Amino acid sequence: MVKFSEDKLKEVQSMIDRYPKGKQKSALIPLLHLAQDEFGGWLSAETMDYVASILGIEPIEVYEVATFYSMYNLKPVGKHVFEVCHTGPCMLNGSDHIIAYIKRKLDINVGETTADGMFTLKTVECLGACGYAPMMQMGINYREHLTEAKVDAIIEECRNKQ
Amino acid sequence: MAKKLLLEKAHVEGIRHYDVYRREGGYAAVEKALKMEPAAIVEEVKKSGLRGRGGAGFPSGMKWSFLAKPEGVPRYLVCNADESEPGTFKDRYLMEFLPHLLIEGLIVSSFALGSNRTYIYIRGEYAWIVGILEQAIAEAKQNGFLGKNILGSGFDCEIYVQRGAGAYICGEETALIESLEGKRGNPRIKPPFPAIKGLWDCPTVVNNVETLAAVVPIMNMGGEEYAKIGVGRSTGTKLISACGNINKPGVYEIDMTISVEEFIYSDEYCGGIPNGKRLKACIPGGSSVPILPANLLLKTAKGETRLMNYESLSDGGFATGSMMGSGGFIVLDEDQCVVKNTLTLARFYRHESCGQCSPCREGTGWMEKILTKIENGKGAMSDIDLLWDIQRKIEGNTICPLGDAAAWPVAAAIRHFRDEFEWHVNNPARCQTQNYGLAHYADPIHVPA
Ligand SMILES: Cc1cc2nc3c(=O)[nH]c(=O)nc-3n(C[C@H](O)[C@H](O)[C@H](O)COP(=O)(O)O)c2cc1C
Ligand code: SF4
Ligand code: FES
Repeated sequence: MVKFSEDKLKEVQSMIDRYPKGKQKSALIPLLHLAQDEFGGWLSAETMDYVASILGIEPIEVYEVATFYSMYNLKPVGKHVFEVCHTGPCMLNGSDHIIAYIKRKLDINVGETTADGMFTLKTVECLGACGYAPMMQMGINYREHLTEAKVDAIIEECRNKQ
Repeated sequence: MAKKLLLEKAHVEGIRHYDVYRREGGYAAVEKALKMEPAAIVEEVKKSGLRGRGGAGFPSGMKWSFLAKPEGVPRYLVCNADESEPGTFKDRYLMEFLPHLLIEGLIVSSFALGSNRTYIYIRGEYAWIVGILEQAIAEAKQNGFLGKNILGSGFDCEIYVQRGAGAYICGEETALIESLEGKRGNPRIKPPFPAIKGLWDCPTVVNNVETLAAVVPIMNMGGEEYAKIGVGRSTGTKLISACGNINKPGVYEIDMTISVEEFIYSDEYCGGIPNGKRLKACIPGGSSVPILPANLLLKTAKGETRLMNYESLSDGGFATGSMMGSGGFIVLDEDQCVVKNTLTLARFYRHESCGQCSPCREGTGWMEKILTKIENGKGAMSDIDLLWDIQRKIEGNTICPLGDAAAWPVAAAIRHFRDEFEWHVNNPARCQTQNYGLAHYADPIHVPA
């Protein structure tokens, strides 16, 4: 069963307090981020229903939002998600090459997760790091100026975190 | 060195923290503003000639003066930190290095507009910046610049940071408001404009990060002095985020009198193109604005030197000019393929369309498909005309300007580089391995020695 800890519930309340009375629905997007982080890196129907109950809104209002924004995962993902940018400026600096390299190295296609559940590879649109291309997002951090050697080091780093 | 109004202190050790920022003269603008009438601050911003730095370039003082002030209804200021236009990463830089500058600008602006609750809507991917901003807000509050009765003025203000969750469209102001209300980022039909009916149906001003930060130097030096910097209606300084094929990508604060040529080639800015390559093309104001071939980029159609400002960049209209846009400056060297670059942008707009209007939802999908065909050597000549036709049918026929933003890059690519599209059709075997266009487009002035 999904349920926030007492500490997290305090955080939820402080999110709701940022808005005028009766406007608690505004907390939905930050709350979904919190829920995704807490409950396994993705939003199951159960998680979304729980979020709806906290905010006193209909579950459909949560589904509508969760399906609109690209940062919410609607199915399970690997422990480490590589989100490589492939928009114009990154493409001009070789993002195609980096994506191909990661595919080879992890033996997966874009959108797939490695069999051991460690890595998911995604391509994403411009992340506002165009001057530091090629780049990817991993968790809350950006990894910039990617090269094959850097990708190797990042994969190594993730494996060592086990 | 050009005069810096925003980034001058960006590299002072510890400037992210209140003590250092204050010691360097920070929060003087708040002290000054709170002794003035709110209307007088709006007047200063009008005099400064400041234009919105988010992309549209609308005069900020005028926008502020449109804000409705019905009795007993709260008003809101919302800072647009959604920054998702490909090529643009200047707001990120400002928030990361000078968070207090933004907070200071927000306090002055909130006072001028009468907003007691101000929100910073930041794109969800900038997750680590949320912490930086919240730290700055907490420090400002501890020192009496936020909270109740700021500096004894009777003015109360809180600033909250709201994280988005991955949607370019939430940079459009009404979509941003919807998102802030906890909904999908579907733009609203205007009118009513946010100045009348915005966040929770209350009068609202939405401004870009850089716009609101610029209020600080305007307060400190006065609107008239600020207006003396720059040229014509391009007053003050502008942050440019430069990327693509240049030696020194990064964020630069420019005085809007310098030429495009100086910006690309001087060591103070982009430092030229790597490996001695020649300049082929440039998208000077973020992915939505028209791409220009090197010759039209450096000189206008009239043969005048093109400058890095609103008027000069748009000289010649869309036929031979472009736009200042968000200041996302994307450079393509001689090895780059315009068709492929346009394809990645078309894919971006298809991905980011909210889907409310058929011309945008369907048209962006078709443009991506046709460009994919052409790029992969499967296109026909008639596809180029079809592409042109589709972009024309999107432009002007949608609820929000994302439709136009998707149409313009495609239109400009065909307008200026039609023979490159045709070459793809005529050379299906070579179009994935070889670039066309060097002889035609690479800038003849800058042949490396
Ligand atoms: C599709 C779309 C995306 C936009 N994205 C942004 C953005 O990321 N940041 C921004 O400041 N303005 C963005 N804008 C412009 C805003 O709608 C609005 O004009 C701007 O925030 C106003 O602030 P300013 O007057 O200070 O520039 C976008 C507009 C459109 C149509
Ligand atoms: S133009 Fe596109 S993004 Fe804008 S409202 Fe219409 S469908 Fe949505
Ligand atoms: S294009 Fe990749 S971060 Fe902007």
